[in-house]
Amino acid sequence: MESLIELLPQLWKAAGETLYIVGLTLFFGGLGGLIVGLGLYLTRGGSLLANKPVFVVLNLLVNFVRPIPFIIFLAAAQPLARLVVGTGIGNNAIIFTISLAASFAMGRIVEQNLLTVTPGVIETARSVGAGTGRIIFTVLLPEALGPLILGYTFIFVALVDMSAVAGYVGGGGLGNFALLYGYRQFNPIVTWAAVLLIIVLVQLVQYLGNTLARKALRR
Amino acid sequence: MAIVELRGVSKVYPPHEKGGSDVVAIDDVSLSVEAGDVYGIIGYSGAGKSTLVRLVNALERSTSGEILINGRDIAGLPERELRTVRLGIGMIFQQFNLLGSRSVAANVSYPLEVARRPKAERTKRVAEMLDFVGLADKARAYPDQLSGGQKQRVGIARALASQPAILLADEATSALDPETTHEVLDLLTRVNREFGVTIIVITHEMDVIQTIASKVAVMDQGRVIERGDVFDVFSNPQQPASARFVSTVVKGIPSADELAVLRGRHPGRIVTLAFRDNAVDQARVFGEFARAGITFEVVFGGINEVQGRSFGHLTLALSDAAATDAPTTAGPGGTDRIDAVLDRVRTLTTVTEVR
Ligand SMILES: Nc1ncnc2c1ncn2[C@@H]1O[C@H](COP(=O)(O)OP(=O)(O)OP(=O)(O)O)[C@@H](O)[C@H]1O
Ligand SMILES: [Mg+2]
Repeated sequence: MESLIELLPQLWKAAGETLYIVGLTLFFGGLGGLIVGLGLYLTRGGSLLANKPVFVVLNLLVNFVRPIPFIIFLAAAQPLARLVVGTGIGNNAIIFTISLAASFAMGRIVEQNLLTVTPGVIETARSVGAGTGRIIFTVLLPEALGPLILGYTFIFVALVDMSAVAGYVGGGGLGNFALLYGYRQFNPIVTWAAVLLIIVLVQLVQYLGNTLARKALRR
Repeated sequence: MAIVELRGVSKVYPPHEKGGSDVVAIDDVSLSVEAGDVYGIIGYSGAGKSTLVRLVNALERSTSGEILINGRDIAGLPERELRTVRLGIGMIFQQFNLLGSRSVAANVSYPLEVARRPKAERTKRVAEMLDFVGLADKARAYPDQLSGGQKQRVGIARALASQPAILLADEATSALDPETTHEVLDLLTRVNREFGVTIIVITHEMDVIQTIASKVAVMDQGRVIERGDVFDVFSNPQQPASARFVSTVVKGIPSADELAVLRGRHPGRIVTLAFRDNAVDQARVFGEFARAGITFEVVFGGINEVQGRSFGHLTLALSDAAATDAPTTAGPGGTDRIDAVLDRVRTLTTVTEVR
C-alpha cells in the first residue's frame, strides 16, 4: 500500500499517457475506420460508387489484418511505423500502429452500421438530385449516427486493450505501469490500482457513448 | 408536347444467378404522358412498373431507347446533369423514405438544401408545403412520431418542395389502410389540380387508378399491353390481363361461380349487355325487348362511375312471353324470336350470350 502511494505520481503520469494514446488513436483510427468503412460500403455491388476490384481488395485487406493478434501486428508493422512517424519505438510509434489496426477493425463496424440505413432513403436523396458526397454527409452518416456512436464506444475498449502493450516498444501508459511496478515487482496492489483506473475509464466512456447514442436515436 | 415520352425503351439486368439468362425488366416500351395528366401504370408484381418509373428520373439507366423529359433526351446524360433534371421531378415511395434523423420540417427542406436555395426561401417554402398537406403543427416532430398517412403527406410535401412539374408515385398508398389511402389520393388530386403537376402513379390496385388517374397503361412482363383513357380501359378492356384488373373494381359481370348459380336458377337464355354512358340508349334497348314481347328479368348487374362517366353491365334472363303460354318440354322456347331481337340489340350495344 505504501509503495502504491509512493508510486502515485507515476500512476497519474501513466493514466495521462493512456488517455493520450487512446485519445489520439480514437481520433486517427476512428477517422481511418470511417474511411475504410465508407470505402467498403460505397464500393459494394449496387452501391453508390460500386467498384468490384476496389471492394475486393479492401475487403481482403480488412479480413487479413483484423485477425492478427495485436502484439504480433505491432512487431510486424514496426518498419512501417519507422517510415511514417520516423521511429519504431515510443508513444508515437504505438499511436500509429494502434490507429492502423483500429482503422481496419473499425472499418468493418462502420460498414455494418452503414448497411442498416435503408436503401430507400438513399434513393430518395438521389431522386432530389443529391450527389454522392452530399448523400454521405446528409443521409448516410446522420441516419447511422446512433449505431456509429455505439461502434466507436465499442472500439474504445479495444484501443485501451491495445495500448496496454505499449511498453513492449518503449511506450508508456497504465499497461506499462502495471507491468513495470506491479507484475515485475510482485506487487499485486499496484497492478490492481491500474486495473481499477482502466475499469473506471472504460465505464465512463461507455456511459458517455450510451447517452450520446440514445440522444442520436431519440430513445 | 408530351412532358414525359418514352420511345422504344428497354432495361435489361444481368442474370440473377451465374449462367442464367438476362432479366428484361422493360421490353421496348413507348409511352407518352401529356402535361397535366394523372397517368396510372398498373400491373402485377414484377411487371416492371418500378423499373419504368425509375427510368423517368434516371435513378436507373436504360439499356436502350429514348427518354424525353420536356422534349430533352436524358437517356445519355452524365450523372452531374441528371441531378438538375431530378430536381424537376418529385418522387414518393411506398415506404415513405423519410430521413429519421431529421424533423418533419427538415425533411421537407432537404430538396431545397440540395438545390442550394437560401435559408429564408427554404423556411417559407417548407411552411407553405406543410400547410398544404395539413401538417403545419407537426413541423418539429420526427418521422417515427407520425402515422403512415402523415408520413406520406410529409413525403408529398418534400417531393413538391422544389416545385417540380412531374411527380412520380411508386405504390404510394400500398402501405396504407383504405381510409388513409383515399386521403392521400385526394391530396394527390389536389396536387394535380392546384399546382398543375403531372403525376405518374404506379400501383397494383385498380381502385387507385379509378380514383385519380385519367389515363392508364397496363403492364405485363415488361411490356405495356394496353393503354388509353381510364374510362375506355375500364369499360372495355381489350386484353385478358387488363380485364382481370378491371374486374377487381368493376362490378357487374358475373364470375364463373356466379354464372353457375344463375344458370341453375334461370332455365331460359341469359345474356349480358354492356352500357357505356351516352353511347348506348338503355331505353331503346329495353324497348326492343318489350316490342318483341320478350320478357326479361335483370338477374345480375352493376353501373360504375369512372371519371364522372358511367358504364356498366346488366345480365338478363330472357323468356318469350308468347311461348310461356304453352311451355315446351324441349328446352326454352321462342328461340327464333329471341334471336331476332338480340340481333337488333346488337346494333345498339355489345351483347355477350351467357346461355
Ligand atoms: N436491380 C435489379 N437487378 C436485377 N433485376 C432487377 C432489379 N430491379 C428489378 N429487377 C427485375 O426486374 C423485373 C421488374 O421489377 P420491378 O421492380 O420493376 O417490378 P414491379 O412491377 O415494380 O413489381 P412490384 O409490384 O413487386 O413492385 C423483376 O423481374 C425484377 O426481378
Ligand atoms: Mg415496384
